[in-house]
Amino acid sequence: MGLLGVINLIPWSSSLSHREFSVTAPNAQTLGDSDTDLSIRATLFSSFRFMSTKAEKQLDSLPNADDNKVLDFPGGKVRFTPEMKFISESPEERAHCYRILDEEGQLIMGSNFVQVSEELAVKMYRDMVTLQTMDTIFYEAQRQGRISFYLTTIGEEAINIATAAALTIDDHVFPQYREPGVLLWRGFTLQEFANQCFGNRADYGKGRQMPIHYGSNKHNYFTVSSTIATQIPHAVGAAYSLKMDRKKACAVTYFGDGGTSEGDFHAALNFAAVMEAPVIFVCRNNGWAISTPTSDQFRSDGVVVRGRALHWSFEVNIATASDGSTQIPHAVGAAYSLKMDRKKACAVTYFGDGGTSDGVVVRGRAYGVRSIRVDGNDPLAIYGVVHAAREMSISENRPILIEALTYRVGHHSTSDDSTKYRLADEIEWWKMARDPVTRFRKWIESNGWWSSEAESQFRSSVRIQLLHAIQVAEKAEKPPATEMFTDVYDVPPSNLQEQEKLLKETIKRHPQDYPSDVPVPA
Amino acid sequence: MERDPTVCVMGEDVGHYGGSYKVTKGMAEKFGDLRVLDTPIAENSFTGMGIGAAMSGLRPIIEGMNMGFLLLAFNQISNNCGMLHYTSGGQFKIPVVIRGPGGVGRQLGAEHSQRLESYFQSIPGIQMVACSTPYNAKGLMKAAIRSENPVILFEHVLLYNLKERIPDEEYICSLEEAEMVRPGEHVTILTYSRMRYHVMQAAKTLVNKGYDPEVIDIRSLKPFDLHTIGNSVRKTHRVLIVEECMRTGGIGASLTAAITENFHDYLDAPIICLSSQDVPTPYAGTLEEWTVVQPAQIVTAVEKLCQ
Repeated sequence: MGLLGVINLIPWSSSLSHREFSVTAPNAQTLGDSDTDLSIRATLFSSFRFMSTKAEKQLDSLPNADDNKVLDFPGGKVRFTPEMKFISESPEERAHCYRILDEEGQLIMGSNFVQVSEELAVKMYRDMVTLQTMDTIFYEAQRQGRISFYLTTIGEEAINIATAAALTIDDHVFPQYREPGVLLWRGFTLQEFANQCFGNRADYGKGRQMPIHYGSNKHNYFTVSSTIATQIPHAVGAAYSLKMDRKKACAVTYFGDGGTSEGDFHAALNFAAVMEAPVIFVCRNNGWAISTPTSDQFRSDGVVVRGRALHWSFEVNIATASDGSTQIPHAVGAAYSLKMDRKKACAVTYFGDGGTSDGVVVRGRAYGVRSIRVDGNDPLAIYGVVHAAREMSISENRPILIEALTYRVGHHSTSDDSTKYRLADEIEWWKMARDPVTRFRKWIESNGWWSSEAESQFRSSVRIQLLHAIQVAEKAEKPPATEMFTDVYDVPPSNLQEQEKLLKETIKRHPQDYPSDVPVPA
Repeated sequence: MERDPTVCVMGEDVGHYGGSYKVTKGMAEKFGDLRVLDTPIAENSFTGMGIGAAMSGLRPIIEGMNMGFLLLAFNQISNNCGMLHYTSGGQFKIPVVIRGPGGVGRQLGAEHSQRLESYFQSIPGIQMVACSTPYNAKGLMKAAIRSENPVILFEHVLLYNLKERIPDEEYICSLEEAEMVRPGEHVTILTYSRMRYHVMQAAKTLVNKGYDPEVIDIRSLKPFDLHTIGNSVRKTHRVLIVEECMRTGGIGASLTAAITENFHDYLDAPIICLSSQDVPTPYAGTLEEWTVVQPAQIVTAVEKLCQ
């Protein structure tokens, strides 16, 4: 694949004096001066605009363009045509998917990829196995009633570990909730995972959140928030911060196919492109958003872009955008109603340059974001793509969208039974025949870096460590009840102090009504 | 922004346009258009962006072009801004300032006349303050920027043209303190933002009629400064609240409850709360005027309280 474009090393500056203008740079006062020539102001205005956010040239100049075939509306020059031609809603062929390891763990002929050392490959494999084992054991623990909730990453181990392997510890990670592998790679211990799931005193979250809502500032992994896609704009903000501080790092955020329907996804990609922010968007397109298959989620070719669906879901006759203009969803509702009534009419809605989008990998182009589709179960392909994306993102100050195709083998969470909406055979097939962990094992074994002895030894060792971690976490003390009132603000204000006092008094008066394993300091 | 390089501004038209009410005029030229960032029209998303930037070490000031637009940012403000410091176990802090013009203006229409303080007051983890004079606007803004907590600063559309001589040097106004505007003995009038001016106008009339009202600009909407308010109630025994929020679920409703709960024994009369009616703000000038509490109503209420 290779890196695109020339690496742009022009440092940006935020003060006027470093720029060369054809006109003397005025100071702030004269800018508002009505005597200033309009054309000079226009030149200066457009120069200021991009002074501190430099990246590739915009596509607004057409070399060899005949002046009378070109229109220059705001937004740049565009050739006009007398032929009415609609841009097709879907491509002739779906966007291609990058993969270098086949199902048998053999390298595909003619593939170009980043070399991975034995040490790195073995660590990747071990972490994938650890993640898979941790998921199995913690899921069982929930079933046994030892923890209240759990959510697995089964089937998506390659995305979790391989993306993490290609990043550095300085890259800020904003997860959705199906990416504990990234934290594992960075050194979060099995005990630390167990502590969070049991909400004990050692949990960094102080027992306030549900299981799997990990967060660790020392691992640069921002605490999981249950809300879908809200972390995507956070990542753009973090990238903005890194850019301001000129750090050699990027922000990375993960989300599923379902998350791309949220308004935050749309706006975050748009912003990242406009602001030229060094952020990598990783979409785990695993086919399902709880019970909603991707064909009911969107109509574009996947998150990269997408293909036609054969399901019953209603087809909306107009393009919609999730840019926050409230009348647009209203129009979609009206169209749905017309369709139900079989009326020969459509709904029409108008909006400004907010911009519409169609697809997810192809949506990348709609926002001006470079994108790629990759086999999410091929760790080598993922490693290579993220490695390249990171280089591009940091050196060129640009966002990158990666759509990793995979399959959600597990249920959505312990509150879900996915056999209710999909075939058990389908799940079984993906679990046995398309397991990314097995695939990678075949490759490292073929290189002589792993063996079946190493396999059984490692698996049993991890299992023992996990069971031990659970035992320790289960027995550990819970955080004191007073932690309910701290960290709401930096310092507890008087109303919270009062409420804490009231709670302590109430527990003291009715101890039998309160759990005995939660310490209550005097 | 000069003192601290991590402070930045983001919002619609804050850059070269200088902001819808010119609050950020000249700043983009001075600090560059990365630090004074023009965002696309997606409130929930740029608020989210600000939260992410704050968690990574910046101190963003997020502007809602009109506070009403921040209703689109409710998800980020409630679920993330207010919560992430707590749910992360204190690992990540969110020192943002969310500010913008709100309140009833001059015929801006219902959608642009919202009183967001009503809707946001329940969110745990945020602080809310309302400025009302050039002096306290500067002080509160500086305090809000320096605070480690997320602070929502409510400005009022009709107060931007106020002129006042204020000190050039650095000063801050405490985020949790109310302001004593006019000490008095007969009645405690609690108000904030634009209503302060209606109250002061009514006060002139009241003084002529022989009353001595104590006027307090509560400034801190969350949490309430019950210390200052309590001292006043213990002195006058009568309370009148004058607010711009709707009757149902506004700041006045919460303040009434807090005072009754804490200072019940000191009250000689039930608390009177003057608010706007529970209607969307009409566009027609006369109707709009009738939805906002006017000085004459304030005078009548005080007379009733003091009978």
